Amino acid sequence: MAKFQSVPHDSAHKHVTGEAIYVDDLPCPPGLLHLQPGLSTRAHAKITKLDLSAVRAAPGVVCVLTAKDIPGTNDVSPTGTGDDPVFAVDEVVYAGQAIFAVAATCLAAARHAAALAIIEYEDLPAILTISEARAAKTDLEPEQIMFMGSTEEALRFAQHTLTGNFRVGGQDHFYLESQAAECIPGEDGDMTLTSSTQHPSEVQHLIAHLLNKQSHDVRILVRRMGGGFGGKETQAALIAAMTALATHKTGRPARLVLDRDDDMVMTGKRHDFEIDYKVGFDDTGRLSGIFLDLASRCGCSMDLSAAINDRAMFHADNAYFLNNADITSRRFRTNTVSNTAFRGFGGPQGMIAIERVMDAIALHLGKDPLDVRKVNLYNKMGRDFTPYGQRVMDNVAPQIIEDLERRADYTARREAVRVFNDSHKYVRRGIALTPVKFGISFTTTFLNQAGALVHVYTDGSVHLNHGGTEMGQGLNTKIAQIVAEEFQIDFGKVKITATDTDKVPNTSATAASSGTDLNGMAAQRAAQTIKTRLADFAAKDAGCVSTDVVFKHGHVRAGTKNWTFEALVKAAYLACISLSGAGFYATPDIHYDRKKHTGKPFYYYAYGAAISEVEVDLLTGESKILRVDIVHDVGKSLNPALDIGQIEGGFVQGAGWLTSEELVFDDQGVLRTHAPSTYKIPACSDRPPVFNVTLYEDGENSEETIHKSKAVGEPPLMLAISVFSAITDAVASVGNYKTLPDLHAPATPEAIFRAVTALQEGAET
Amino acid sequence: MRDTVSFTLNGKTVEVQNPDPTLTLLNWLRQTRSLTGTKEGCAEGDCGACTVVIGDPDRTPHWQALNACIAFLPTLDGKTVISVEGVAKDSKLHPVQRALVEHHGSQCGFCTPGFVMSLYAHYRNDGAVDEETLNDVLAGNLCRCTGYSPIIRAAKAMYDYPKIEDIALAESAKQDTLALSMTCPLTGAGKKYFAPQSLDELAALYADHPEATILAGGTDVGLWVTKKHAVLETLIDIGRVVGFAKISQDKSGLTIGAGTSYAAAHAALGNLHPTLGEMARRIGSTQIRNAGTIGGNIANGSPIGDMPPPLIALGAELVLHKNNTCRRIALEDYFIAYGQQDRTRGEFVESIFVPAPDPATRFAVYKISKRFDQDISALCGAFFVCMKDEKVTEVRFAFGGMAAIPARAKTAEAALIGKEWSENNIRTAMSALAQDFTPLSDMRASADYRLNAAQNLLWKFYLGEDAPYLAREMHHG
Repeated sequence: MAKFQSVPHDSAHKHVTGEAIYVDDLPCPPGLLHLQPGLSTRAHAKITKLDLSAVRAAPGVVCVLTAKDIPGTNDVSPTGTGDDPVFAVDEVVYAGQAIFAVAATCLAAARHAAALAIIEYEDLPAILTISEARAAKTDLEPEQIMFMGSTEEALRFAQHTLTGNFRVGGQDHFYLESQAAECIPGEDGDMTLTSSTQHPSEVQHLIAHLLNKQSHDVRILVRRMGGGFGGKETQAALIAAMTALATHKTGRPARLVLDRDDDMVMTGKRHDFEIDYKVGFDDTGRLSGIFLDLASRCGCSMDLSAAINDRAMFHADNAYFLNNADITSRRFRTNTVSNTAFRGFGGPQGMIAIERVMDAIALHLGKDPLDVRKVNLYNKMGRDFTPYGQRVMDNVAPQIIEDLERRADYTARREAVRVFNDSHKYVRRGIALTPVKFGISFTTTFLNQAGALVHVYTDGSVHLNHGGTEMGQGLNTKIAQIVAEEFQIDFGKVKITATDTDKVPNTSATAASSGTDLNGMAAQRAAQTIKTRLADFAAKDAGCVSTDVVFKHGHVRAGTKNWTFEALVKAAYLACISLSGAGFYATPDIHYDRKKHTGKPFYYYAYGAAISEVEVDLLTGESKILRVDIVHDVGKSLNPALDIGQIEGGFVQGAGWLTSEELVFDDQGVLRTHAPSTYKIPACSDRPPVFNVTLYEDGENSEETIHKSKAVGEPPLMLAISVFSAITDAVASVGNYKTLPDLHAPATPEAIFRAVTALQEGAET
Repeated sequence: MRDTVSFTLNGKTVEVQNPDPTLTLLNWLRQTRSLTGTKEGCAEGDCGACTVVIGDPDRTPHWQALNACIAFLPTLDGKTVISVEGVAKDSKLHPVQRALVEHHGSQCGFCTPGFVMSLYAHYRNDGAVDEETLNDVLAGNLCRCTGYSPIIRAAKAMYDYPKIEDIALAESAKQDTLALSMTCPLTGAGKKYFAPQSLDELAALYADHPEATILAGGTDVGLWVTKKHAVLETLIDIGRVVGFAKISQDKSGLTIGAGTSYAAAHAALGNLHPTLGEMARRIGSTQIRNAGTIGGNIANGSPIGDMPPPLIALGAELVLHKNNTCRRIALEDYFIAYGQQDRTRGEFVESIFVPAPDPATRFAVYKISKRFDQDISALCGAFFVCMKDEKVTEVRFAFGGMAAIPARAKTAEAALIGKEWSENNIRTAMSALAQDFTPLSDMRASADYRLNAAQNLLWKFYLGEDAPYLAREMHHG
């Protein structure tokens, strides 16, 4: 009976002993083939020659796969756009695109052989950057517009207006387990794959299409991933598809585990954005209206870019009432790897845009940025409409900010920062509070559904399966807690099992922070189905009504009768009562008209706020986080330890995105930062040395979510925007807090140094 | 004659018959022994998911974390190797493991075995659990899920749990085991692996096999195999040459044997100058510093190695050895051009001599990288100046990341020699750096930034005590 308790992750024991099994840890089945893809070295080119004879002839090679080997559709695009071939045909559209794959008896042989391919190209013009794409008008879909009121009018009468632009970089997921899949052949051409994927159903469907099979021929298993963060939502299909194709061609098991460098050049990342704004506001800093233009680099195909960029638009308000807003979004095709889902799914880029505007306004007016933020927060008095028409009914941002300000002593510390800066010529400090309001639900409304399957065995042990996938977030632990709570049995009685398309079909990706909301509810319903049957049986036996049957602490009481859970289950079995139940859940009351960008796309919002304090070396641009305080709303927590883990981990990941993690493509479109030696995610000493994380005490979801909890996977990442704002604050001291530093994300030493230099030069002229 | 590699793995002796000498410990554990707890995250010694622990009574401390992904199997001969599977005893979790479970230190779990092993080594060395120390112990273990905080909480609590029986440290390996010598190389997979035990043997061997790859810590050579898929036909492992990892200090200065690991040299370098110690601490990670050597960092001629600039600034000399003939050159003269060093065929770096700085001198070294710990320098600047009667009598400024080789800023130096150490003259020298260097733009930094930051590092050096430092540097150095 572990509801609301900090039960450790169900696999924690196996994690620390090394017994937790990931794809590459599976025992090698006899005849296993190891795969290595061969990749394009050009961003955009015609393949004029593809000579794989040396590859085929290399020792250990069993077969070489190209697009010609695909019996069905050479495509793994998630939304049916047909632009994500497994293997390039005739033309490559990004450096890192797979052209072929080698299957060999051992991995070393496969890798050796892959290097022997002779490929000749004829380069075609490559569009690499957003500005090149803008000039060439390579929009993947028409410009999207979301608006509220009349911004033109509002700005005409505004006391102040400001314009500006801002760039924010992409981010590699850097899940510690690279993309991996293994395929095992069965009879009738059936295939069972173990895939490191957040979306087993999609992998199943795409492989069926690839091989001209039906979905029921393909089974996908996912016990756990070594991290996902959105990077295994759509990208896993490509890897799984190659193994299935190898199995299809040879009849042998096949495994592909990407080398880290290959993973980083082959698979998609967070979208980088260029943002332009023109904002009108009054003397208090309150917005009268804003024009916001969001442009993103989507890479070579559509992937999930439509929904991701939509979510950027949905979060361009963050926690603020924009009054009048005109938000445009352009989604550009480029000859770079196709960008994809990443924790926050466009939300972070939209949110940092408006936070940048808040900082700009505050510096312009000479105000504390927190005062400007507060005066713009959503509140009830007619200021509760989002630009997409959804009313903000559950707003707790003001309370959270107040709580955090008090806990972290914001006012005194801001004063102390100013004093510090007055007496330090070369080191400056900065402090910032930024809130988060994040919409919870897939904005593609039909995806908000989930299923679960629960069996109770005659010994009272419970087998739990649901459509969500475990990538470290503790989803399985929370759902087992929900089921244990429902039956009132020990957590240890509930067996967590691998996600399996044979058990729960047609699932949505474990994404959009929705894993527990959707699957938890489905699992609860599955358990309730069985519980109702057990209650009916107990009531009949005891001669009372079902509603008088009480499940408590491993026992079931009905009238004067009392069973252990195990005894009741056994008795019910003997009375021929079904002890298996399926549960289904779909989020109620949400709708969205994408053509007009209006509706109620979100069931509710998750809120939080963070204060970050940083230090910057003006001579080198190096920076350091000194302290972070967070108050975050997870509703009624299902597991405080796991929730705090998501908050701490999400924050540090977000801080990495905005500081040290820089994706560098060269002028040929080749990614130069494709390994941990060159791409720097936060290390241990980068975490805030003082890091106070508090769950919002009054948190309770106003909607009927599972036990009144709130989703927590993505929202905390955006708390790290406070780090960027704090760096902005520190750098702004150079210009005496009069000028917005020309700082772009990520705030690497070089980026900070440039912003400092520009302010110093500005002061001199 | 021996054609086996022998060591203890998780308390049991194992013998591997004539392995491919470049087979990595990681691949052997996973593929041959089906011990899959040790993970591959990057295969280049950067992420730490593959961390194992080596026990070696001849090393201080005895227990050392190591990246199994770039450790060649024969280098482990005679050692005590512990993988994550060897940490718990009879299904009883080790205190490190219990602490991680109870403090929610794992999420996806893929990096966790590596963290367990880094902390296990630290636990067995009775290491301190203050945050600064732990940051260092764990700098080579990347976690993408937790943000590290729960792992640090676990580490701080690891001594609070009851001890369990630990795997013993095997006796010193040196006496009988390693007969892997010039007379009987390992010859697995058609390759040759030599492990000479004396300088004379090494010299004779290298003279006979000048085509051989000299293997020290393998933190660079390992990647040639795992990333470039190079086939190294002949390897000479210098790790068993007696006296090759010796550090000795006298009045004239410090002599560092070329086989000395960063970890072993750290204290001595810190004694020379605190910023030199801090620089050594920021090279790689604990795992890398346990393996990588000062000699290797120089010998491979990398333009971005972090040790050459400060050593050049301090006026270090190299002793090069060929067939029992030694010659001594200034370290700065060793680097000729990109990929080209003053080292003849069959010649190897024997030791590095760093003169003790005179009290009248000033020295500092700075490193700038995107990430503070465990990153390769965008720029490294080292500064040495000697003054008499308020005039500069001797000056050496050396930089990494500014040219194709670690190099001195001769024009900037010339602008100062014989002059007063004054703000004006420093400004002139800063401008002169633009004549010394035409740095490149790459993924670590742009040319502009490199030059401007190099100039500012000189300014920092001039500021001396008043130079800015970020809060994180306060505790080091």
